[in-house]
Amino acid sequence: MTLQFNVEGGDFARAGYASSQIKKILKEIGVDPDVIKHVVVALYEAEVNIVAHAYHGVITADIEKEGIRIVLDDAGPGIPDIPRAMERGYSTASPEVREMGFGAGMGLPNMKDNTDSLDIESVVGKGTKVTMYNKFE
Amino acid sequence: MTVKDIVEKFGLKVYSGASGLGREVKGGYCSDLLSDVMGFAHEGSVLVTLQAHKNVMAIASLKDLAAIVLVKGIKPEEETADASEAEGIPVLGTSEQCFEFSGKLYDYIEGK
Repeated sequence: MTLQFNVEGGDFARAGYASSQIKKILKEIGVDPDVIKHVVVALYEAEVNIVAHAYHGVITADIEKEGIRIVLDDAGPGIPDIPRAMERGYSTASPEVREMGFGAGMGLPNMKDNTDSLDIESVVGKGTKVTMYNKFE
Repeated sequence: MTVKDIVEKFGLKVYSGASGLGREVKGGYCSDLLSDVMGFAHEGSVLVTLQAHKNVMAIASLKDLAAIVLVKGIKPEEETADASEAEGIPVLGTSEQCFEFSGKLYDYIEGK
């Protein structure tokens, strides 16, 4: 099963929509609740990253028998230094985004902690592609 | 213990989501950093926070939190209250600040 969602940069009112839809579907097909919790944490952070940093993006989720692969492909500024971005506490978020309680430099570490694999490719000035995978067992 | 028990014990305001007053409370979490809540709050927790915008409800729903308590008399934004109604997750309020309220809530939850 493949699902696709569009995410617009700056649209905080809708941030979390894709996460909530995917959570619902994983629940319906009987995926282990602990796995769902991890997927939801990682996906929500990734979704908020598109809203907070990029112009727009597409989330594609492939639900297979053994796990879920989610690709988040955005058009945006890209990440110049990925190892630095992975550090807990490092953030480039705007003051407005920080005021909402985001931008504490926890998003990418949360994503890493809650996925079985996380891959980030980024081209500065073009965009970022995040691929994450969670096994169902 | 349910959300209603906490509302009655501490005389909390129920701003929205009253249909969820029967939700079971398993613990509490105190933070204004939403990624912190996302990463570390547990299902069934009461979130004590001063974040009143809609994203706090998105997190409450995704994490299956029991309720949100806004401290210092802060009121939920309209979109937050609407989402709370739709999700059946109560948004509550106290005039106390975070440290005072969390301390009392901790004692109450641990004492039960």
